[in-house]
Amino acid sequence: MSTASATSTGPALKLPEKNYLNSTYGIRSWLLTTDHKRIALLYLVTVTFFFFVGGFFAMMIRLHLLTPSGYLLSADTYNRMFTMHGVAMIFFFLIPSIPAILGNFLIPLMIGAKDLAFPRINLLSWYIYIIGGTFTLYSMVTGGLDTGWTFYTPLSTVYSNSAVAPAVVGIFITGFSSILTGLNFLVTVHTMRAPGMTWFRLPLFVWAHYATSVVMILGTPVVAITLGLAAMERVFGLGFFNPAMGGDPILFQHLFWFYSHPAVYIMILPAMGVISELIPTFARKKLFGYHFVAAASLAIAVIGFLVWTHHMFLTGQSTYAAIAFSFLTFLVAIPSAIKTFNWTATLFGGSISFDTPMLYAFGFLGLFLIGGLTGLFLGCLGVDMHVHDTYFVVAHFHYIMVGGAVMGYLGGLHFWWPKITGRMYPEWLARIAALVLFVGFNLTFFPQFVLGYLGMPRRYHVYPPEFQVYNVMSTAGASILAIGYLLPMVYLTWAAFYGKVAGNNPWPATGLEWTTASPPPTENFEVTPVVTWEPYDFHNRPELGLDVPGSRGPAGNPAVAPAHGDD
Amino acid sequence: MHRTGALYGQFKTLEQQKDTASLGMWIFLVTEVMFFGGIMLAYTINRHTYFHAFAMGSNTLSLKLGTFNTVVLLASSFTMAMGVWSAQTGKKQLLTMFLSLTIILGFVFFGVKYVEYAQKFHHHLVPGRNFDITYCVSNPSACPDIDAEDLAIERKEIDEAMEADPDLNAHAQLYYSAYFGMTGLHALHMIIGAGLLFWLLRNSFAGIYGPVWNTPVDIVGLYWHFVDIVWIFLFPLLYLIDRHK
Repeated sequence: MSTASATSTGPALKLPEKNYLNSTYGIRSWLLTTDHKRIALLYLVTVTFFFFVGGFFAMMIRLHLLTPSGYLLSADTYNRMFTMHGVAMIFFFLIPSIPAILGNFLIPLMIGAKDLAFPRINLLSWYIYIIGGTFTLYSMVTGGLDTGWTFYTPLSTVYSNSAVAPAVVGIFITGFSSILTGLNFLVTVHTMRAPGMTWFRLPLFVWAHYATSVVMILGTPVVAITLGLAAMERVFGLGFFNPAMGGDPILFQHLFWFYSHPAVYIMILPAMGVISELIPTFARKKLFGYHFVAAASLAIAVIGFLVWTHHMFLTGQSTYAAIAFSFLTFLVAIPSAIKTFNWTATLFGGSISFDTPMLYAFGFLGLFLIGGLTGLFLGCLGVDMHVHDTYFVVAHFHYIMVGGAVMGYLGGLHFWWPKITGRMYPEWLARIAALVLFVGFNLTFFPQFVLGYLGMPRRYHVYPPEFQVYNVMSTAGASILAIGYLLPMVYLTWAAFYGKVAGNNPWPATGLEWTTASPPPTENFEVTPVVTWEPYDFHNRPELGLDVPGSRGPAGNPAVAPAHGDD
Repeated sequence: MHRTGALYGQFKTLEQQKDTASLGMWIFLVTEVMFFGGIMLAYTINRHTYFHAFAMGSNTLSLKLGTFNTVVLLASSFTMAMGVWSAQTGKKQLLTMFLSLTIILGFVFFGVKYVEYAQKFHHHLVPGRNFDITYCVSNPSACPDIDAEDLAIERKEIDEAMEADPDLNAHAQLYYSAYFGMTGLHALHMIIGAGLLFWLLRNSFAGIYGPVWNTPVDIVGLYWHFVDIVWIFLFPLLYLIDRHK
């Protein structure tokens, strides 16, 4: 704990002389590294690349929809644009973003380990991601694909004239990257915890990733075999999903959504984990209901596997099945609500500061609330008949995935940037960027709720003129959103080299990762830490130098007994 | 990380390292169960819907070759288990022998599989334009590897099944989609397993596995047994549907 005393007010902070960034040099030392921190940075670069690829396609869609007749793209090109937007964003950005970057970097640090359980498999999973990404990029530059990111059969297997096979193979391959990451996290959390790091002392970020990993290892193999069969059907003529041989396209949808609905939780659970770290840190208060939030992550992972046919209410499935799945869809909202209430309750009576990560956390709370509640609208059979496949659905899942997952991702990136690079980002610029993002996001996607409610179908390249005003709003919002995404990329990159030196624990926060140097040494901790405190326990951590109401006071002061015991 | 003997830098003890590796392999096998689970679901639904076609398809397989391969794989499971035992008890020459035997049995399996696959191509039983479930019963001379008595029974059965399911030829392609999909995936896993066994064999020549350090043998053994168990399911699912009475 001797390294944890520095705070943001300390004078003349210096970067540690030896850290994971400068311990070895040269391109080989990066491409052949087995250090989880370096692999996280490799992921950061490639995932950001795919984010901007997907963002480019998104801008094409929004520009095209400025006018009712669609002046920019042909109908066929438009189909390819929204398909590739979905493929790039879901499989190559959202799924790996928080787990493979922040999770990879932080889980060993948070549990006091030197590395993940399988460092070489960790590197392998990055290479698998690169190979899968290359296949998919190949499909994008050789004509793209036009099936929608869902690859529904028989369009994808028989009728589509686009480069479906390489894209499907690419996603199939990338799935194994996700499986191996999940496997690595699960084993790491089970076997690599430092002495004293009991299960209920794990940060909720780790609990969230544990739950995510369960979804990854149980769900991803199913979509792998599904897309594998679809690829074999297209290439070798197998017939499971081909009605001409008596095969069943609905079977494809069941198998696809068995993974792809839980995949939503692969995207949102890690973001929830980030929020569970941000809120106690910037409210200076122990997280309310730690055990409930941890259990809620697991509950979401389990129940999340039982709701998939709510994507298929209109496929002619049995009414009774639809009723059951509608009920289960409502059920999965309960653990999410538990988390949201607990975060809000944590704020109550806290000593809140509005640093950038906290702005993202607030953004997450509001947007996830809207996204989650509109999900319940869609879980209602009657309402879903009306708004199925409209912009209402598009707005709903963008509120979850962009408003939830991306807000959590950016909040986490800002929060841990001083740990990753050892340097602070420019605070005011970052706050402005967070606000720009929030405004741009709502301007982009809120009008889409209205559009969907009024009946504008998704995936159409033209629309009736009376919808134009909402589409113009949405496109304007998307332009603001683009600026909001470019800003952090620029100033975070700048800060990594020229930012103010941050010190070990600039916020200060309670996690184990903040007790080591920033950036950490290659082996993470000079001596294996022994954990003797509960998570988020600001009251009993005098070394943090915080003057928390009811705490033992700043370092060196005699202990002051809290007035009402533990809260 | 840095290698210190057989202990990797991120671990504190060999025991922790061994537990970690075993847990990793067990979790990987869970993902494999889900992976095969998807195609088994597709099989189950189609078999339920098109039972006649699936029974007909199953009857065109060679029960002799399938049974022989099942015995071969069970024997390879035995030799693999003996290999793990040899490593744990430090019998290094026995380990080399059992690993070699396991590899040989694996290749016997591949050889038989090759014969079976080749037959399917000759018998017009590969899904696609030329698929014809009646090819052999209509052209017995083109299928010298099936005896006449078998074909006569099949002729009768196909006629009956055609009455129950006029689209039998299309639906039998679903059976063969399952056959090639499932046995193909299984064979792919066997090939990966054979590669791992060669790697173990090379290390066993160097004599690095003994009572202290045998985790790789242990977890490759787990994998090999899993692949065998998959076949134990595939054999009845594919070969034993309503065989000739």
